[in-house]
Amino acid sequence: MAPVHIRQLNKKFDEVHAVNNVNLEIHDQEFVVLVGPSGCGKTTTLRMVAGLESITSGEVLIGDKVVNDLAPMDRDIAMVFQNYALYPHMSVYDNMAFGLKMRKFDRGEIAKRVQEAAGILGIESLLKRKPRQLSGGQRQRVALGRAIVRHPQVFLFDEPLSNLDAKLRVQMRVEIKKLHDRLGTTAIYVTHDQVEAMTLGDRVVVMKDGFVQQVGEPLELYNTPANRFVAGFIGSPAMNFADVKVSEANGALWAANEGMRIKVPAQIAARLNRYAGKDCVLGVRPEDLRIATSADPPDLNIDAEVEVVEQLGSEVLLDVKVGPTTMVAAVEPTVRAKIRDRLRLAVNPERLHFFDTASEAAI
Amino acid sequence: MIEGAKWKRWVFFYIPLTAFVVSLLFPFYWMAVTTVRPDSELYRPWMAPNYAPFWTTRPTLEHVRGLLEETLFSTWMWNTMFIAIVSTIISLFCGLLAGYALSRLKFRFAGSLGTGIFVTYLVPQTLLFIPLADIIRNFKLGDSPWALILTYPTFLIPFCTWLLMGYFKAIPRELEECARIDGASRWKAMVYIIFPIAVPGILSAGIFAFTLSWNEFIYALVFISSPTQKTVPVGVTSELIRGDVFYWGQLMAGALLGSIPVAFVYSFFVEHYVAGLTGSVKG
Repeated sequence: MAPVHIRQLNKKFDEVHAVNNVNLEIHDQEFVVLVGPSGCGKTTTLRMVAGLESITSGEVLIGDKVVNDLAPMDRDIAMVFQNYALYPHMSVYDNMAFGLKMRKFDRGEIAKRVQEAAGILGIESLLKRKPRQLSGGQRQRVALGRAIVRHPQVFLFDEPLSNLDAKLRVQMRVEIKKLHDRLGTTAIYVTHDQVEAMTLGDRVVVMKDGFVQQVGEPLELYNTPANRFVAGFIGSPAMNFADVKVSEANGALWAANEGMRIKVPAQIAARLNRYAGKDCVLGVRPEDLRIATSADPPDLNIDAEVEVVEQLGSEVLLDVKVGPTTMVAAVEPTVRAKIRDRLRLAVNPERLHFFDTASEAAI
Repeated sequence: MIEGAKWKRWVFFYIPLTAFVVSLLFPFYWMAVTTVRPDSELYRPWMAPNYAPFWTTRPTLEHVRGLLEETLFSTWMWNTMFIAIVSTIISLFCGLLAGYALSRLKFRFAGSLGTGIFVTYLVPQTLLFIPLADIIRNFKLGDSPWALILTYPTFLIPFCTWLLMGYFKAIPRELEECARIDGASRWKAMVYIIFPIAVPGILSAGIFAFTLSWNEFIYALVFISSPTQKTVPVGVTSELIRGDVFYWGQLMAGALLGSIPVAFVYSFFVEHYVAGLTGSVKG
């Protein structure tokens, strides 16, 4: 177990700047998730930590050692791949023992460690099988087993659950979480799935176009996204955005467009003051919208027309038209709405987000 | 399988299949039947009352005996075997390393080098033997098996390299990366992970290389002149046709015996060979 430090890390593939000045301090025993859309540089960053990709500039430290010029085998890491990467010509036992054999462990120790790992993952009965005789979930367990037998300093996960079906993915997610709690090994986990990122990570790193957008604990990203991209990426269904004009009237700030006029609550108004008379982007999460009652102050209400109703059982997603924009509202399952109904939605004033139109940074 | 009425199955499946099988196997049957046919039947005019071209009532091994005892056929077999095995080993070894490098390592001109190797394979042998003959003469290798062992790889190496390159490309890169993280050097990852998975591809390349050098004719004809150094294809056609006399029985016996090793190799590895050509790697 060891901390991992990534300093000023860059990767250029010919013309493409895939990873741009990434800095990360990953603490000992921490589970850090790199998340972002495809092509954001998260996998390249991971591969540079693993030593599978050369580093254009910057430093990677595992423990207190700079590993830039170390071969993958000398970095004391283990990696789990999206396609499992099990050696097809070897039995499950040999797959798990391969790393130990390469490192010249004696037979007894190898057998002990493989049995122990198989016990943790519940695959003792599969040890004699070949990978092609296993299901997807079993294969991924073997891949995990192969990683843990070596007791490495750091686990690297490259989208390990993407090849599994939805149900199995949830199950394996829980198992990876348990495994980390049990072993306490520092882990870096790459995924494009924000749900995996939120549920697994002690901290989450959101990346886009090679740049780190924000680093923080899951709830921090959810509650105070640093910019419009993070706000839209974290949370499902995604945050609603509307272009609004900020104006000052009756001693308060108002955010308005053709479809709505909302009074900005005082604590946000302090930050939004300098935007008076200018445009900005309003963000509101679907779960912060609800059907308005007569008790709601009218200056926090939005008039909306229902376009699509999606029944999920635990909640109802309403796609509504608000002026020129479409928004999604996650409302109580008891709400009975029909297409073309006109509704009043109330927003939760503390949970409004504002973003600069040009820089997209949070205000 | 063709669905529907029985006649459809006959018309579109069984009859064409039988026609193909018969027309493909007939030359081999003819070869076999001529081998065991006594001379008296072989040279009987077709108007003769007991003329029976497709079978024989008095099979004999006379031609086989004659071939083995009176000609240098067994020497030719050994020559061919030696040349085919050594040039296959050389070509497989070079093809393995080159195919791996071209498919896996990133270096300048890797792509153009791969294409270049392929282009050399496209140059017809019937042109290439002229400059090669000059080279063989300068190295004073003429009329020795080494003339062929060194020239066969000129078309076998490009062939093996290309076949194996395609095969290596089909093996997920992650397997090797995982091995390298697990503690294997690139060389060990290649030997312990990539090559065992590529066995079907390596076998196919080996079988092809062996067959091509076993059957090769033009280089063997040009570079070898003394009867004791000849290979089977050249020996049979040059030594068993004396002047304008065709010793059909011995010719066919030579062809039959000469094709046995190749048939043996194919039947032995046929499963791997098919897997190799279809490039199936099961994760």
